[in-house]
Amino acid sequence: MSALTLRLRECPRQRIDLSGFTSDALAGKSLADIQALPLWVGNRQMPAGDLFIIHGHDSDHIRIESESDRLDGIGSGMTRGSIRIQGHAGAYLGRGMRGGEIQVEGDASLFAGTGMTGGLLRIGGNAGDFLGAAIPGERRGLRGGRIEVRGNAGERVGDRQRRGMILIAGNAGDYCGSRMGAGTILVLGQTGANVGFAMRRGTILLTSAPELPPTFNDNGPQDLSVLTLLAKSLPSPFDQIGERGTRVQRWLGDLGHGGQGEVLAWPPLT
Amino acid sequence: MIRNGIEIEDTFAEAFGMNATRLVITALDHRWARIAAETMTGFATSVIACGAEAGIEAEMAPEQTPDGRPGISVLLFAMSGKELEKQVERRVGQCVLTCPTTAIFSGIASEKPVPLGKNLRFFGDGYQISKQIDGRRYWRVPVMDGEFLCEELTARVGAVGGGNFLVLARTQTQALAACERAVAAIRALPNVLLPFPGGIARSGSKVGSKYKALMASTNDAFCPTLRGLSPSSQLGSEVGAVLEIVINGLTEDDVRQATRTGIEAVCTLGADSGVLRISAGNYGGKLGQYHFHLRELMA
Repeated sequence: MSALTLRLRECPRQRIDLSGFTSDALAGKSLADIQALPLWVGNRQMPAGDLFIIHGHDSDHIRIESESDRLDGIGSGMTRGSIRIQGHAGAYLGRGMRGGEIQVEGDASLFAGTGMTGGLLRIGGNAGDFLGAAIPGERRGLRGGRIEVRGNAGERVGDRQRRGMILIAGNAGDYCGSRMGAGTILVLGQTGANVGFAMRRGTILLTSAPELPPTFNDNGPQDLSVLTLLAKSLPSPFDQIGERGTRVQRWLGDLGHGGQGEVLAWPPLT
Repeated sequence: MIRNGIEIEDTFAEAFGMNATRLVITALDHRWARIAAETMTGFATSVIACGAEAGIEAEMAPEQTPDGRPGISVLLFAMSGKELEKQVERRVGQCVLTCPTTAIFSGIASEKPVPLGKNLRFFGDGYQISKQIDGRRYWRVPVMDGEFLCEELTARVGAVGGGNFLVLARTQTQALAACERAVAAIRALPNVLLPFPGGIARSGSKVGSKYKALMASTNDAFCPTLRGLSPSSQLGSEVGAVLEIVINGLTEDDVRQATRTGIEAVCTLGADSGVLRISAGNYGGKLGQYHFHLRELMA
């Protein structure tokens, strides 16, 4: 059975809410039913068939072809199946995702992976601000699963993260891991200012010296064999941390919030 | 049945259902991993008074272990899941947590979890750190040489304990040499444990005793000093010593394979080695759920 494919007819002037287009919601529906599904476009609803050319039958495997960054909420709350996006994704990509896999070839906008509790979210390009973070009004960010970004991520990566793993191959913006309560963030590139601001627990792994708030204490160089376990579990290119060994410089903080979070940085490769 | 001049008696070994787990101990080098493993599996010859039967299964190369360090795999057997849980926690807490440079991981998978670091983490007094990697939870407990890394859970599987065979020889030295050869052959196999000292038991037992308080007592049928006295003696005048190899395995097949390997190793020595007969211990077939008939095994 061929994947259920949605090709955007034309770039919308308003944002389209695609949060209902998941394997869970579409299970058992015919192609005609799917084409008739109402989707919010701005403040009005339109049938999905008017916005997208839809073909294919396998709703467990959904493919979205779009050059627009205005498709919001793709994969929201999904528990199974896969969504592959050829192009870019809008805001709230994979929000509240509980299982399955989302793969974006291009960029994702704000709030990707917020409220996620399981599954795998892969972003081939860059991610906007608040990746795996808590949206305003929520007490927790990422609570499980894994987010992989091949490009750069914006500010507040993993804000209030509670569990799970965020992997960034490029750079991360300011306040990376702010208010983190648990979980792991790995950044292979550079990080912005105030890494780990107000973090209580959790681990931020870096390959370059961080710009920390003054409320972090230097814990000195440490040999941590847990890093071998972690490196073995990671896909390429994140597994390269295995070559860097288990000896890292460790900082503990934020001391204004219990100080049990850790920022680990490998020395630069020579 | 005669094998290379050695008689295989028409009898069977009787074994019991047990619960088992496998743990992987890693350390800075094999020496320290072995020290931890030997300490942890000390005083674990018989469930009768030790609570568990435990021993080293194999040495593991760094590339075989979870954290890429030299390791030792250890098998632990107990009569119940609850007792196994108690023994794992006590032994790991006192012997592995305390041993320099070590870490410990589960080496077996099943639906039945056994706490490993789940409660030991509290030694960290609130400074312990949890890490979930690939769906498994690990605990990093701060200790004076760095961090004690341990997996939260291991698992238990149904297993078989008490498989055995007896080596009857002209002298004690000859019985011991033959058994040592059998032990070396069996220890090359995976999934099996020889819980007694050096893999060999000299105090084979029977069920019951003339003393009411005792559940088991000496196996007078195979004691050479009771020949001519004990009515159940099974030793002819030429037998000078009997030694027993007790085998625990993760499955019935593992015990069967180990018993066959051990007896074959003894038989290759031939009658000139002083070995006269291979027998086995049983309770008339009424107590154990597994029976290993020696002649069927060797057929």
